[in-house]
Amino acid sequence: MNTPEHLRYTKSHEWVLFADDGTAKVGLTDHAQEALGDLVFVNLPEVGDALTCGEALGDVESVKAVSDVFSPVTGTVKAVNEALLDAPESINADPYGAWLVEVEDITSQEELLDAAAYQELCAQED
Amino acid sequence: MGSYLPSTAEERQSMLEAIGCQSMEDLYAQVPPEMRVEKLDLPEGKSELEVRRILEGLAAENTVFPAVFRGAGAYRHYIPAIVKSVTSKETFVTAYTPYQAELSQGVLQSIFEYQTMICALTGMDASNASLYDGASAAAEAVAMCRERKRSTVLLSAAAHPMVRRTVETYCFGNGMTVKTVPMKNGFTDAQALSELLDDTVACFYLQQPNYYGRIEQARELGGAVHAAGGKFIMGVNPIAMAVLKTPGECGADIAVGEGQPLGLPLSFGGPYLGFMAATAALTRKLPGRIVGETTDHQGRRAYVLTLQAREQHIRREKASSNVCSNQALCAMTAAVYLAAMGPRGLRQAAESCMAHARYAAERICAVKGFDLVYPGPYFHEFVTTCPGDPARVLEGLARRGILGGLPLEDGNLLWCATEVNTKGEIDALEQALREVV
Amino acid sequence: MELLFEKSRSGRGCDLLPPLDVPPAHLMEGMGRETPLDLPELSEVDLSRHYSALERRAHGVNNGFYPLGSCTMKYNPKLHEELAALPGFTGVHPSQSPETVQGCLKVLRLAEELLCEITGMAAMTFQPAAGAHGEFTALLMVKKYHLDRGEAGRTKILVPDSAHGTNPASAAMCGFTVVNVPSNPQGGVDLEALRAAAGPDTAALMLTNPNTLGLFDPNILEITQIVHDAGGLCYYDGANLNAVMGVARPGDMGFDLVHLNLHKTFSTPHGGGGPGSGPVGCKDFLRDLLPAGHVEEGPDGLELRDPAGTIGSVKAFYGNFTVVVKALAYILTLGVEGIPQAAQGAVLNANYLREQLRGTYDIAYGDGPCMHEFVLTLEKLKKETGVSALDVAKALVDQGIHPPTMYFPLIVEEALMFEPTETESRETLDQAAEVLKAIRAQADTDPAALHAAPVTTPIGRPDEVQAARHPVLRYRPPEVRP
Repeated sequence: MNTPEHLRYTKSHEWVLFADDGTAKVGLTDHAQEALGDLVFVNLPEVGDALTCGEALGDVESVKAVSDVFSPVTGTVKAVNEALLDAPESINADPYGAWLVEVEDITSQEELLDAAAYQELCAQED
Repeated sequence: MGSYLPSTAEERQSMLEAIGCQSMEDLYAQVPPEMRVEKLDLPEGKSELEVRRILEGLAAENTVFPAVFRGAGAYRHYIPAIVKSVTSKETFVTAYTPYQAELSQGVLQSIFEYQTMICALTGMDASNASLYDGASAAAEAVAMCRERKRSTVLLSAAAHPMVRRTVETYCFGNGMTVKTVPMKNGFTDAQALSELLDDTVACFYLQQPNYYGRIEQARELGGAVHAAGGKFIMGVNPIAMAVLKTPGECGADIAVGEGQPLGLPLSFGGPYLGFMAATAALTRKLPGRIVGETTDHQGRRAYVLTLQAREQHIRREKASSNVCSNQALCAMTAAVYLAAMGPRGLRQAAESCMAHARYAAERICAVKGFDLVYPGPYFHEFVTTCPGDPARVLEGLARRGILGGLPLEDGNLLWCATEVNTKGEIDALEQALREVV
Repeated sequence: MELLFEKSRSGRGCDLLPPLDVPPAHLMEGMGRETPLDLPELSEVDLSRHYSALERRAHGVNNGFYPLGSCTMKYNPKLHEELAALPGFTGVHPSQSPETVQGCLKVLRLAEELLCEITGMAAMTFQPAAGAHGEFTALLMVKKYHLDRGEAGRTKILVPDSAHGTNPASAAMCGFTVVNVPSNPQGGVDLEALRAAAGPDTAALMLTNPNTLGLFDPNILEITQIVHDAGGLCYYDGANLNAVMGVARPGDMGFDLVHLNLHKTFSTPHGGGGPGSGPVGCKDFLRDLLPAGHVEEGPDGLELRDPAGTIGSVKAFYGNFTVVVKALAYILTLGVEGIPQAAQGAVLNANYLREQLRGTYDIAYGDGPCMHEFVLTLEKLKKETGVSALDVAKALVDQGIHPPTMYFPLIVEEALMFEPTETESRETLDQAAEVLKAIRAQADTDPAALHAAPVTTPIGRPDEVQAARHPVLRYRPPEVRP
C-alpha cells in the first residue's frame, strides 16, 4: 500500500494536500480504492458549495456499492476534478493523482493523521 | 380446492420428521399463540372449473363495446397476432427481474431492444427499462428535475387530469411546489407560462398532443423554459410520434408517456406501460432498471442491468427513486409491437388515426348541435359540443353498441378515433347520433 | 446473438393494416417529424424466430428450481392467464360508466374483501402497480394522517437494518428522514434501540415480518406497541406474507397499514420484472386517506369513489387490473384451507432444505426454525477456500438452478438467501441439496472451476464494470457510434 509522506490522512480514508496559498486538495487513499474495488462513477459537489468537516462532500460508486466521501475540512469548493466524471478508473489507477475537490477559505479541519499513523490505522483495520 | 402443493400430506409429514419435528406447530413456535388464526372467514377452496365459471361470469357482467370512440388516456388500437404470441411465451411470463445475466440474456436483450426503440420513437438519447404507467412516469420525471434551488413544477392545464393529479400526489410526498399553467383556446397559454417562469422553476410538463387533442407549439414553449434555466418534460402519445415532431426535435430534456397504445389492450386501466427517455446529460438520473451492453470475459457481447448504484437496493434512502418491479412484460409487448409495425406500419397507423379522427369529426359535426370546440389540427382526439345532457346521448349510443366520447366537466365531449374505427362504424355513429338527439 | 436492428432489411415488414377507407388528413407545416423513424424492418417469420431464440436464452419458473429469496417464485397456474385474457376484461375501457363495468368492480371488491380478511385490514386499494409503489402509497397516507391531525413534526420513519432497500427509498420519496434500527443478536428488532428511537417525531415504523433473514419476530406485539405508544403508525411490508398467510395476520400483530405483492404471495407471474401489483390495506381509521377511485356500494350497484381525505392518485386509473384477476382466481382456488396450507408448505420446504444444508454451509441466525426463507453465510468458506457467495451462485446456474438472492440482507456477510416456496417437491429440494453439497466439496478440490462458472450459458460472467463506466444503453449502427 502506497502512503506518501507529504500528505495528511483522515480516519475515513481520504487524503489532503495543503498548498501554500491556504487551499487544499482532497482525494481517496490507495487503501480506500483497493477496498472499494473498481470505481464506476463519482458524484462531486459544485464549485461554490460549502463543505463541512466530517460531512459527505460526494460519493463514489462501484458496481454494487456506493460510498460517501467525507470532507476533512470546512471551507468552500474552489474546483472539482471533472475529468473523473468520464474516467473514474483513474482513482483506482492513481489515487494520489486523482484529486476530487479543491477547497478554499478553509476555516477548520478535523484531526488529521500523518503517513505513519495512517499506515498503522490501516494495519489495524485489516 | 388446491394449494398447488406437489406433495401429499404423508410426504409432508415424513419431511417434518426428517428434520426432527412432530408437527407444523414446531415450525411456527415463534408466532405468539394469541395472534394465531384459527380459521379465516374465507370461502371453501374451489376446483379449476368452478373458479373459471366465477371469473367468466364476472367478465360477462361487463359491457365490451363493439365500437369505441373514446380515448382520454386509454386507446384501442389493432394488436397484431405476433404480439400476443410472443408475450405469452411461458419463460417471458414467469421469469423474475434479470438479476442473473448469464441466465437472462433473452430478457435483457429484449429490454435493450425496447430501450433502443423508445429512443428512436422519442428522439432522445437514453431510455430506462419501463415504469408503471404514463402518469407515474411523468411524476418520476418531475422528481428527476429537482435541484437544490429549483423545486417548483409547472404543469400544463392541458395535460391529462389523471397525470396532473398523479404529479401533484407525488409532489405532496417530495415537497415540490406544483403550479398550473392555464389554458387558452385549448392550448397551454404561452404568455402565462412566461410569467410563471423564474429561478425556482425546476421543470415544465407539457402533453403532446394535449388532453383535448390539440398539437401544442412544443418547441417554442420548451425554449422559454430553457431560457429560464428549467427543464422541459414532454408527455407524448407514442403512436403520434410516427408523424409529429419528437421531444428530441422539440428540445425536451425528458420524454415520457403512456405506452398502452403500443400493443396493450384496454384492460380496465392496466397493466399499462410508462416509458421514459432522457438526454445523455440526465442518463444517470433516470429511475428504475436500465439495461446496458458489455462483454463477458471471452469478449462475447452481453447485456446486464447497469448503473445499479443509482437504485434503491444500493443507495437506500439516497436513491433517486424506489422503483423496483416495473412493467417489463408490457415493455416487451411494446417492443414486439413496434418491430412488427416497423417504420412504415407505425406511420400508417398514425396517419389512419388522423384520417379517421378527421372523418369522425366531420360526421359528428354534421349532426345538429355538435360543433368542434377547437379548430384543427389534431391528432386522433377532438372536442365537440353536445346538444343536451351528455349522459343521455352516451346512453343512447351505448344501446347501439357504441362507446361515445368522454363527457368533460363543461358538458362537451372528448372523442377519439383510431385505425380500428372503419368508415362504416363512423357513418353508423353519425346515424346513431341523429337518432339519439 | 444479433439484435432486431442487425436483422433488419430495408423494405421488409408485416402487412397489418388495410388501406385508408376515408380521405387522408394532413398536419400543418412545421408540426411533422423531421428525423426518420428508425424502427427495424422485419418479416413476421424473422420476428417470431427472433423471440423464440430469446426465449431459449431466458429462465422462467418452469425451467427449473428458482429459490430466489424474498421474491417468492412459486408456480404460476395456467388457468390465471386464460382468465386474465378474457375479452370481457381486456376489452373494457377504464372510463366506461359504472353500470357497464360491474364485473370489473366486483373483481376489485371481492379481491379487497378476501385480502382484507387474510391481512386483518378494513379496506384496500389496488392502484399501486408494484410493491415499492405500495410502500410509497402507504407512506403518503401516513404523512397525510399526521398532517391532518396537526402533527407536522412527525417526520421520521423507523426502518430496521435488515429491511428491503425500497423501504428507506420510499420514505425518502415522501420527505421523511430514515432512522435505522439495529437488529438484536437473534436477528429481530432490538427493542431497546427501538424504544430509544421512537418518540414524538416518529411517523411510522416499516417492518417486514418474517424479516429478510426469514425469521418471525416473537416480540412483534411489543414492537408495534412501542411505536403506537410513541404516537406513530405501524406499516407491514408484505413481501414475506407467504410464510404466514392464514396463520397470523398483520392486523393482529398491531399493524395499521400493509402492502402486498400479488406477484409474490398470490402467484401472479413476474413477467421478467413486472407487471406486479402492490395493493395497500389499512385499518378502518385510515380508509378515508386511500387513493382516488375506491370501489364502494352505490345506489345502483358498485361505483368508484374518491375517499373523503384521499391522498390523490399514484397512477392513472385503478391499478394493474388483470393482475388482480389472476390473484383473485388464486385465492378462490385455495380458499380457507388452501391459504394456510400454502404458507405451511413454504415454511416446511425452507426448513427442510435448510436442514439438508446444515453442516455443509453456515446458516445465519440458524438456531431456531426459519419461516419461508433462510440465509447462508459463506464468509468462512470464502476465507478458507476463496470461493465466494457469487461463485456458488454461478455454479448453481450450470446445474440448471436459478441462484438464490445474493449479498442480501446487508447485515449478513457473503449472504445467499434461499426461498424454495411451497410448490417444489421433496425431490427438487433433495436434488438442490446434493448440488450444493457437491459445490461445497468442489470448493476444496477445484476452486478455480467455481470461479470460472457458469460455463453452460450463452455468456460467461459479464464485465459489469465496463457496463457501468461507459454505459451503452441503446443500439447504434456501427457508422454512427460515438
